[in-house]
Amino acid sequence: MSRTIVSRPARTAADPARGPAAPSRARLRVSPGRVITCVLATGWPVVVLAPVYYMVLASFRSQGTYLTANPWLPGGGLTLSEYGTVFGAGLGRYLVNSVIITAVCIVLTLSICLGAAFRIVRRSTWAAGASFRILLLGLAIPIQAIIVPLYLLIYKLHLYDTLFALMLTMSAAAVPVSVLIMVSFVRDIPRELIGAMLVDGGTEWTVFRRLIVPLSKPVLATLAIYDGLNVWNNFILPLVLTQSNSVAVLPLGLTKLEGQYAINVPAVMAAVLLSVLPLVVLFIVMRKQVMRSLGSVVMR
Amino acid sequence: MRRRPASPGQAGQGRGLADLAGLAPAMALFGVFIVVPMLGAIALSLFRWNGLGTPHWAGAANWIQFAHDPLARQALTVTAKVVVLSWVVQTPVSIALGLFIAGRQRYRSVYAALYVLPLLLSTAGIALMWEALLDPNFGGLVALSRSLNLGFLRQNWLGNPALTLYVIIGLIAWQFIPFHTLLYQMGRRQIPDVLYEAARLDGASPAQLFWRVTLPQLRYTIVTSSTLIIVGSLTYFDIVYIMTNGGPGYTTRVLSLDMYQAAFQQNEFGYASVLAVVLGVVGVGIALGLVRFSGFGSMASQQEGAA
Repeated sequence: MSRTIVSRPARTAADPARGPAAPSRARLRVSPGRVITCVLATGWPVVVLAPVYYMVLASFRSQGTYLTANPWLPGGGLTLSEYGTVFGAGLGRYLVNSVIITAVCIVLTLSICLGAAFRIVRRSTWAAGASFRILLLGLAIPIQAIIVPLYLLIYKLHLYDTLFALMLTMSAAAVPVSVLIMVSFVRDIPRELIGAMLVDGGTEWTVFRRLIVPLSKPVLATLAIYDGLNVWNNFILPLVLTQSNSVAVLPLGLTKLEGQYAINVPAVMAAVLLSVLPLVVLFIVMRKQVMRSLGSVVMR
Repeated sequence: MRRRPASPGQAGQGRGLADLAGLAPAMALFGVFIVVPMLGAIALSLFRWNGLGTPHWAGAANWIQFAHDPLARQALTVTAKVVVLSWVVQTPVSIALGLFIAGRQRYRSVYAALYVLPLLLSTAGIALMWEALLDPNFGGLVALSRSLNLGFLRQNWLGNPALTLYVIIGLIAWQFIPFHTLLYQMGRRQIPDVLYEAARLDGASPAQLFWRVTLPQLRYTIVTSSTLIIVGSLTYFDIVYIMTNGGPGYTTRVLSLDMYQAAFQQNEFGYASVLAVVLGVVGVGIALGLVRFSGFGSMASQQEGAA
């Protein structure tokens, strides 16, 4: 973090969370608020991790030992056999489908939205302003409120039970938030840069391709993560718009597996873990970027 | 200031084409798959239709049915409970956790990473995981109650009409508190330290710092987070559908589930559309209301003013 000289004094006095410079009076006082915060802060990781730990351990059981051994302790025999079971039951197919629609949705959404955001920031015709206002309103429409006519529309378009239906609807659902985030980013690109390029004989297209696209890489990365996570985890659209196992994506596939293996908890847990594994890998590789993009999308 | 190109007519045309090329794909996709269905829901709510054959004009009949439907009233009550309790549970916990992980100590960023874990799990995954934990016969909590001798953990969590709704609200909180914690962490980090310094020089206690500095400074974060919690829980569907399907009885039958069943199980597409319109109008209304109330719509007005 770079700080200017003007803000220097702020650092020396400052925040109790900041460390040694804070006045000791404030640090030593034990306020009820701080006690509550500390209890929550230590309790919450337990609340988060205990169920996940249980799930991981259960996935390494066989169906038999899950019922006989203490499920909270690793003793009593662990095995990988149920991971094999769920792959035999079609989890691989669901995984591939999820990867396909997530990749397509990210590429489609980002490429069409950056163009729209650029035009909205340029504000050249009434269409840009109108689009912006429509999208602002669209931000508030919950997908559940349109799911019934959406189903009928997809059915009429002969897209029911296809991956295309998911790609188109999920991308469409991501348009408002993506455009608005991009608008607030592209708006900060100095106008002088755009102006200079136009004066040098550039067209709107060259400005977009040579200036806007390269400079927008951070916001594209942010939205790729945010939109991708939403597509990967979406449940209601696949539930309503598909039915065959061959086009089921992971969240829906998990519930299908549960229907098949209701009694076999280890198999279901193994499937859930496999479905989240790609995201965990992504998270480990780029933790900071993921956390920043999750929050910054909403905070602007 | 942008310089005007030499021949405005030609350039204007160029910009028009550029607008068309830039805006059309996104707006077309959004228009066809979001706006059209939204208008479709309003239109469909005026018809009786079982999904096959031709829809019959019904006028306000579906709406009158909605007004007199005890099941719909039940769904509205349940939904209202989910909305209010979700806000009451999630907001204070998220603020406390967010302020905690906003600290600059190194271990807190590790904490922050732990907090994020539920965000990676899909709702379906969360639901299945908790089903395994809450199973009244072989679940993780029953096992825990046996080994630790804690009787209260032995409940019919998903089958007790007095309990299940609160279990669901708790699970929704489990899923979403991490996200709101992140929001408050970012919000807290944007508050200038000068404010704390000044307040402390005036002799403010930690409690006063919280109530007089932190909370007012977080107001935009609170509005954003609250809007997301309220609209999100208003339309909440996934966990309820997977774990209880509205039961036991109708105690967890939220409005979006009511709509889903009206459409896809009873094939009453007209009536389901009434419920959809109600969801949409209340959702958009609350979102816009909160945004206006807080003056958070500044983004739009900046756009208009600077033309």
